[in-house]
Amino acid sequence: MARAVSKRTKVLNTTVAGALGFLLFFPILWIIILSFKTEEDAIRAPLEVLFDSGWTMDSFSAVQARSDYLKHFTNSVIISVGSTLLGLLIAIPAAWSMAFVPSKQTKNILMWMLSTKMLPPVGVLVPIYLLFRDFNLLDTRIGLTIVLTLINLPIIVWMLYTYFKEIPSEILEAARMDGAALREEIIYVLTPMAIPGMASTALLNIILAWNEAFWTINLTAANAAPLTAFITSYSSPEGLFYAKLSAASIMAIAPILIMGWFSQNQLVRGLTFGAVK
Amino acid sequence: MGRIQLKKVQKKFGDVEVIPPLDLEINDGEFVVFVGPSGCGKSTLLRLIAGLEDTTSGMIEINGADATDAPPAKRGLAMVFQSYALYPHMSVRNNIAFPMRMAKMSKEEQNKRIESAAIALNLTDYLDRKPGQLSGGQRQRVAIGRAIVREPAAFLFDEPLSNLDAALRVGMRMEILELHKKLNTTMVYVTHDQVEAMTMADKIVVLQAGVIEQVGSPLELYRTPRNNFVAGFIGSPKMNFLDGTEASKHGAETIGIRSEHIEVSTTDGLWQGTVGVAEHLGSDTFIHVHGISGCEPMTVRTSGDVAVRHGDNVFLTPNDAMIHKFNKEGLRI
Repeated sequence: MARAVSKRTKVLNTTVAGALGFLLFFPILWIIILSFKTEEDAIRAPLEVLFDSGWTMDSFSAVQARSDYLKHFTNSVIISVGSTLLGLLIAIPAAWSMAFVPSKQTKNILMWMLSTKMLPPVGVLVPIYLLFRDFNLLDTRIGLTIVLTLINLPIIVWMLYTYFKEIPSEILEAARMDGAALREEIIYVLTPMAIPGMASTALLNIILAWNEAFWTINLTAANAAPLTAFITSYSSPEGLFYAKLSAASIMAIAPILIMGWFSQNQLVRGLTFGAVK
Repeated sequence: MGRIQLKKVQKKFGDVEVIPPLDLEINDGEFVVFVGPSGCGKSTLLRLIAGLEDTTSGMIEINGADATDAPPAKRGLAMVFQSYALYPHMSVRNNIAFPMRMAKMSKEEQNKRIESAAIALNLTDYLDRKPGQLSGGQRQRVAIGRAIVREPAAFLFDEPLSNLDAALRVGMRMEILELHKKLNTTMVYVTHDQVEAMTMADKIVVLQAGVIEQVGSPLELYRTPRNNFVAGFIGSPKMNFLDGTEASKHGAETIGIRSEHIEVSTTDGLWQGTVGVAEHLGSDTFIHVHGISGCEPMTVRTSGDVAVRHGDNVFLTPNDAMIHKFNKEGLRI
């Protein structure tokens, strides 16, 4: 039964929720505002920034003139999409076998995989850096794709495992009775039923890989640098360039924000899958 | 042809023996029902026949050929699941076509069989819908349709009606029986509902804890149960059991008497008791009588509507010829 909510409570809830939402969004809003200011205006007191300065697109043109946005953007796309596809390729069979042919160790393996996410990445920076150096992978897109695949693999496996678990095993047994071999069972029955889950896994991983900053910054210099490294280049020892930094940030997060906006239904459904049917 | 033979078939899950070595013969064209309380291993036994579980030891023969290690698809059997197990992303037509597609049957033959199955199962108007848009009964029909088009050696049903409401269940029961008469194919049917078992089976297999307690026709089991478990499980309402002095009078440890083999009188009789609950069904009345030593309460079934009420004093007399006697081990004497 739905609980009765008074009008006052509703107004109060809406106000509090709205205020919280605004608070969370505020840093992004401030970046957007700063990106349309000159460097001099950007470091003035907040109220002066808002009401006592003009608007300009100069920062954007300055950023584009100094660095090749398109190259970094392409790198970001290749690395995030590439690592997601590679991750799915490894994770689908792994999650399939853990969900449908579990052994006594399945739970332990899953926990062990998750535990690797608890390790601070900086703890393995040196060995990975040295490996990359020896294998000539430093500042290459393939190197970053591999590292991000490995970083996000536990999450991909976990998510897919949860989705596969939701598929009733009787349906797969029915397919087996109907004469489907393992390959046909996966192609005609399992995959179509798992596509919504795979899609949200892929989306989430593209976002995670796109935003990943530790490895992308530490293992690249110029050639393979994605947008995260492109932002960092505007926070330099010579001083902070707030307006340009803001403009660069907007340019870096805009594509993924837009993608997230259009796919939010899929994302929310994917993340709450199983909890809310 | 659909002859299935189980020879010393055993199933263990880890160290737990779910089915001790067991022999069973299912003849061509027979309607065999596995019945027993939940957890008795009846579904496991069906899944062993289907090939969805591996036998621990023993042999399964289908039409004389060893099928013990054959994968499910190669056994030529079709199964209907309790949850229907339809492919949710396919239309009804594609669901029914799936096994034929897997068998690489020609498109024409597929369509011909789909059409005739749809007519037989009243699904013609729903062929282009998804399972999610169908009612429980219709889904069950699709599952049956998917099974028939393969023309299997035998049908396996795993509690197919337990997700349906009571009225629909009776209807589907009839449909499955008519299908059996028409196709004359072996059917193996698992249920926990002894009424389903009694009404549908040519041969009932009563299972308890993985052990076959008795195999026989419904009336054989009803009239001459081999032990007190079968006697208590088959028949509704449950058989009344008495022990103590009443039983020793008949030279047995326990005696059993079915509710319809007891006469009720308000004036005289062998046993005296008081009416607890009287269930008036119109055609019959079930009277639960308290106060009879060794049996609490005793259920009596009388034809028509009998005017007895809670607290009434009644006299009961069993039909001596219909008394079942069991020894200490629970076996029929």
